Amino acid sequence: MAHEVSHDQAHDPSNVVNPEHGEHHIVSPLQYCFVFGALLIGTAITVGAAFVDLPGVLNPVIALAIACTKAVIVILFFMHVKYQSRLVKLTVGAGFFTFIVLITMTLLDYMSRAWGMW
Amino acid sequence: MANTVAHTNPLDKVDHLEKLMPHESIINEEGEHVVLPQHRHHFETEEQQREAGSFGMWLFLLTEIMFFGGMFFAYLLYRNWYYPAFVVSSNQLNVGMGAANTAILITSGFFMALGVWAAEVRKKNLLVLMLILTTVFGCAFLGVKYFEYKEKYELHHIPGSSFSTAMFTNPGAYHLKEEPLAPDMAEKTQIFFFLYFAMTGMHALHMIIGIVLLFWLTWRAHKGAFSSGYVAPIENFGLYWHFVDIVWLFLFPLLYLINRHPVH
Repeated sequence: MAHEVSHDQAHDPSNVVNPEHGEHHIVSPLQYCFVFGALLIGTAITVGAAFVDLPGVLNPVIALAIACTKAVIVILFFMHVKYQSRLVKLTVGAGFFTFIVLITMTLLDYMSRAWGMW
Repeated sequence: MANTVAHTNPLDKVDHLEKLMPHESIINEEGEHVVLPQHRHHFETEEQQREAGSFGMWLFLLTEIMFFGGMFFAYLLYRNWYYPAFVVSSNQLNVGMGAANTAILITSGFFMALGVWAAEVRKKNLLVLMLILTTVFGCAFLGVKYFEYKEKYELHHIPGSSFSTAMFTNPGAYHLKEEPLAPDMAEKTQIFFFLYFAMTGMHALHMIIGIVLLFWLTWRAHKGAFSSGYVAPIENFGLYWHFVDIVWLFLFPLLYLINRHPVH
């Protein structure tokens, strides 16, 4: 990682001498087992929570929160994003950010078209 | 340059590199440049090439996010508009089968992750075994999906001319503890089932494409293509497979679970 090397090494415009992505991390099988266990527990919790009548809109909120947590775990560990370069991390983040912007803007349009007409 | 041979016909050299199987290191006449066949000459280092590959794969997956995102958005909007219809039709889905399929798909993804690890540490037989297990669980998922679709067919819950709203306008006759819907709202259950088949069907199509690719990768892995340091196809296919996994992680609660609680 660039922040671990001295300044002159970090000053490497073509990113060749000491590339940021120089070290290649291999995730251990034990770590995958923990991730697998966490995902199965998350599935059990989300099924259980669906049959509990929670106040207000909490049911979908909790279900989606668990789904998002599971997705983040998969992205970070199964898809190795935690160990990737900042370029890949930024790409993944930008993709989800753009997706949220698109959903929000479109939903705002649909919700405000008939504003005050009911 | 003393060595003119290297400059006469560069295409010959590329051809020569492509044909070399299995992958091995090559040292040129000067003994300076070690080239692996999988290492393309326009990359400075193998790591740079690997990162470029991951980057490209992620760009493709982002287009997939947008593709599925359109359907997720349609679901979100129609659920808000026709909430009663979405509640009763969601209650007709089989939570047990959906939960089992979630566990099956997570298991398949787990074996895929182990497969990437096996390729990294160059264990050929383990890699082949993991790819086969990934395929087996992928097929099991599609098998469960078949029985779910079959049930929908028998209940006339496939949108189209044979779709029946009888269960929703007269739930008592079907021993359902639901409030009956007015006929116009009951018609909107078709939108739920349309989205259900569009989203799970598109997801299943991605699974089928993935399983076809898995056969091809297993065959190549069996021939030793990925056990000498060349793991990019396995790694990038893993990204695709995990992405398909993530789509299901959202489909399951949205379609099967979040509308369930109003029924007692």
